[in-house]
This record gives sequence, structure tokens and C-alpha cells, in this order.
Amino acid sequence: MEILSKVHARNLVEWAKNKPDVYVLSADLTNSTEIDLFRDTYPDRFLSMGVAEQNMISFAGGMTREGLYPFIHTFAVFIYRRAYDQIAISVAYPNLPVRMFGFLPGVTTPGGATHQSIEDISIMRSLPNMTILECGDATDVESVLDLAHSINGPVYVRMLRGEIPRLFAQQDKMQLNQARTISRGNDITVLSSGICTEEAMYAIQAMQRVGLSIQHMHITTLKPFSDDQVLEAIANSHYGVITMENHSIIGGLGTIIGEQMAESGIGKKLVRIGLKDTFIHGASRSYLMREYHLDAAALIEEVGKLIGHDLNIDEDELARAYVAPIHSNAKVEAL
Amino acid sequence: MIGIQPSWQEEVKQVAYGIRRRVLEHTVINKGGYLSQACSAAEILATMYIRIMNLGKTDEPLMPLPFTGVPGPNNPNAFTGAIFNGPKGPQYDRFILSPSQYALVLYALLIEVNRMAPEGLHQFNVDGYTVEMIGAMHSPGMEVMTGSLGQGLSQAAGIAMARKLRGDTGKVWVFMSDGEWQSGQNWEALQAISFYKLDNLGIYIDANGQQCDGAMCEVMNIEPFADRLTAFGAKVYRVDGHDLDMLVKPILEPVQQGKPLIVIADTIPWRGIEILKERYPKLHYVRFFTEQEREQYAAILKSL
Repeated sequence: MEILSKVHARNLVEWAKNKPDVYVLSADLTNSTEIDLFRDTYPDRFLSMGVAEQNMISFAGGMTREGLYPFIHTFAVFIYRRAYDQIAISVAYPNLPVRMFGFLPGVTTPGGATHQSIEDISIMRSLPNMTILECGDATDVESVLDLAHSINGPVYVRMLRGEIPRLFAQQDKMQLNQARTISRGNDITVLSSGICTEEAMYAIQAMQRVGLSIQHMHITTLKPFSDDQVLEAIANSHYGVITMENHSIIGGLGTIIGEQMAESGIGKKLVRIGLKDTFIHGASRSYLMREYHLDAAALIEEVGKLIGHDLNIDEDELARAYVAPIHSNAKVEAL
Repeated sequence: MIGIQPSWQEEVKQVAYGIRRRVLEHTVINKGGYLSQACSAAEILATMYIRIMNLGKTDEPLMPLPFTGVPGPNNPNAFTGAIFNGPKGPQYDRFILSPSQYALVLYALLIEVNRMAPEGLHQFNVDGYTVEMIGAMHSPGMEVMTGSLGQGLSQAAGIAMARKLRGDTGKVWVFMSDGEWQSGQNWEALQAISFYKLDNLGIYIDANGQQCDGAMCEVMNIEPFADRLTAFGAKVYRVDGHDLDMLVKPILEPVQQGKPLIVIADTIPWRGIEILKERYPKLHYVRFFTEQEREQYAAILKSL
């Protein structure tokens, strides 16, 4: 698998080249959100706002009213937790095209509870007019800019940085409301988002080897959600559906799918893999994924429960998921 | 004084009188209203509209539009109330009402300066209309959402930043209250305004010393207010908010390059309707508890 480094840093510079109305706003996390190259390339379109997120969000709302497009960059928690009222009133209510890039989703940082966004989808999803996108690989990170920028209204992006795998071909871009099908099958449907897709791919490859037929789809649009292909896949799955997300099971992908199934009258079993209504703590991504049951082994375990017997898949049979080192040259701090 | 003609002062006085009279009338009819804000801010707002801001003209007094739905990707009919402040243009100033609890005072002002039809006030707080009690961005004279205190200045700063980048000559004027400066976001905003040298932004503050819970000195002190604002990089003037010449004086002074202008206008929240003083320190919203009380105010309305 190809692993890329600092995808957003280079991509943003290229993408914004002929877009003079696109401004990047930073809240003192310029290197940490990979906008240093943008700052150096287009210093006139880079606004340093300091550690003052509430002002940054409302300020961005004001800029859009004059035809500019502010691209907010900071850690996700400092967007939706720190400035929620500002997002609701200065941006979401007036439906303004502020693009918010929230970094360090869930377990992707050892920064601890203060830095780990575990309920951002839940919070942002309940805001009228808000669109929510989540990146799971390098192709997502590259193509999310076009998609976000095509939206008439505010967009919140769960963003990745540092070393990221490429799971989808470069031309297989993120599209609104359209899941990407990774494998087809009718025993079970697995719906994964963000970094969980890579984990799910390893688990599913192993499960296919023991004869299971699995429909695996990668979800990038969390709101709005109206993808009939997904519901069709669930309806056609013999045992039911498993959602897998790097987020609380309350209000995220699992909740979304539950709502969709209930409204469509799909009477299948739903298993939600994700954070079980708990905060997490500062530790490595691989440790947290294992500890909180978000990894490939967790999926295999849940599939076993769903079909009623242990799959007996040895961990050695799982292709090793790529684990980015905590201390990497692709990141400034070890956050 | 240079640049000051007696005529504008007469006009401001008349408009200020009209604001107080209209808000008092409204308060008597509706058995309640934001009356003290009219008393404290009448001269400031009238001076801003008549003498300070360069707003585009409205052809005739406009009727407020009924509610057409909240803004959204599928609602092309949503609008803002900025049309009452005239057409937008690079040379024109913009007006942002930060404490939208002053909406009633703004509506009264817009009527007095012939930007809004008097009948528009009959839609105040009426279901299905936009002349809301706490003004929203579709309410007459309003352009952004500011009812959650602290967000007005940041949004105005974003507008000022964009206008500066575009090279507009028009300014962005923000009307604020003093109580809302207890909110941290305003200080974040001023920090950014100073950092980006947004001298195309000016602020008039109605310093009436009042807030919802009572007198500010009892609820949460913000003094030394002028020193704090100065320390944050603003060019600050502190004036008598009922003295028209003093309200205008700061804009006649040479512009302080790179600094936002802030005028703290000290005001009296019962100015012009002295009976209000009896309610001190609870002046944020006037509600009549007895018919007798209402008649007292009705009598004052007749005598005005």
C-alpha cells in the first residue's frame, strides 16, 4: 500500500493556485494542520488569527458576506467545542460558505481528551445547513477540497494529516452522498468511515479467505445522507450491517445508519463499532484502536458474534495495518 | 466648530425625540418594551445615521418584508435587513447593530429617518413577520446575526477585513453596548482588528452602565474600560453620549492610521423620560405590572 506524507500541504497549494478568493485562516496551528506551505506560497491569502477560535469563526462568517472563502484550519475540537455558538449563529444560520477543516479526529492523536474529537459529527450533524465530510485516505484528502467548495453553505471536514495511506485510486474521488464500494457480498454489509476503512479492509480480506461474502462500503458524506446504494446493500445482507467509525457511536455513522434503516423499514441487525460513550486518553493510535475496539480484530469479533460462530482468524493472518510512528518527520509536534 | 452646521444638530434632536416618543408609545401600547435603550442611545444612533455614516439612500420608506423562511441552500428567498441602510457599494459605509436587543430602538430610528414606513412597526413581534423583538439578520436595518452577544464585532471585523483587501473606501460602523464587553469574544475581535490594522472600522458604544441583571458595576465591572480598549490597540474617545457635538468630534479628528476608532458614549438610561429612574437598577426591559403604572407612562407620552 502506498503511504503518502503531507498530502494536504501540497495539494492545497496546488488547488488554491487560481482561486484568489480562497483564504486560509489559522489558529496558531499552522504547521500542525499542514498550511505552512500555503502560508509561504500565498502570504497575502493567509490570515493568522491566534488562539482565538470564537472570533475566527465569526470573522470568517463576515468575510464570506463579502465574497471571500475562508478555509478554517485547526484541531477539530477547537472548532466545534470552542466555538459552537459562533458556528451556529455566525455561519450555519446564514448558510455561509465557511469551510472548516478539523484535524485529529478521534484516536489519531495521543494528545488526550482535550485534543481528541470524539463527538464532532454528532454535534455538527444537528446544525441545520451543515454539510459533513470525512476523509479516510490520501485520495479523500486530495478530492475533498473540490467537493467542499462546491457546497452552497458551510462545510465541516474531518481531516487527516501526516502519513496517510492511499486506499482509492487517485481518479476515484470523494463524491457527495456516494459511498465507495470496496467489496461486494451479501452475508454482511460493513460501512466504515475515516481511518476505520483501512482497518476494515484488512479484516475483510481475511474473512473473505474463510468464505464470507461481505459488502464493504466507505462512507465520506455524513450529512446530508441519502445514499440508496447503502440502504440497498443493508437490505440485501443476510446477517445485517456493521458500522465502524473513529467516533462515538452516539450521533455518528452508526446512529445515522440506524435512523435510515428505521425510516426505510429495513429490519436487519445493526452493530455499531465505535467509541462506546466514553472519553479516551492520550496514547498511540494503535493502542487506542485496540483498547477501544476500533481495529480489524474488533470487526472480526463482531462479525463472529453476528453470524453465531467464531471465525478463528489468527491475528497473524491479518495484513499488518500501517501504523504511523508517533514521532514522524511529517508532524511537528508528537500530537 | 469646523464642519458642523446647526442644521444637522436640529435634525438629530428631532430624530432622537422621535425615537424616544415612538418607543414610549410602543411600550405603553404593548405594556412593555426596551425603553431605557431608547433613552440612552437616541442621540448616538441618530447622530450615526444623520451625521457620521455615509449610507446609500433609500428611495422611499420601505415596508418590512414578511418572513420567507430561514436561510438555507434551498431557500433563494431569504434576505437581510441591510436594504433599509441603502444600496451597498464600495464607497458606502455599513452599519452593524451588535446588541440586537436594541432592535426596537433601531426600528424607531429607521422610521424617523424615513427609511422604514411607520406602519412597519405594527409588525413588531407579530407572528410571520421579520420585525422581531430581538432583531435577526432579516430584520429592518440588520445585516448579520448578533443576538448572541459577542459575535457582532467579529463579523463586522470579517467584513472590514474583506473590504480592506478589496480596497473599498467605505467604512464599517458598529453600534455596541457596554455590557456586552464582558464577553471575551469582543476582546478577541479587537485583538484581531488591531493586529490587521482595520482602521476602516469604527465603534460607537452606548455606555449606559446597565445590563439585564441591573447596574454593570454590581453585575461585572469592566472599568477601566477606556484604558482597556486603548491597551488593545484602539483609538478611544470617551464623550457625553447626549452631546451631539461631542459625539461627532472624534470623526473630525485626524484618522489614527492603523487603529480602529472607538467612541465610548456615556449615557443616562432615563434621559428624556425621567420617571424611568424610579426603576433603577432594573432598567433592561420595562414591563408594567399595574394599569396605574401604564397610565402614568401614557400621561408622559401625551405631554411629550
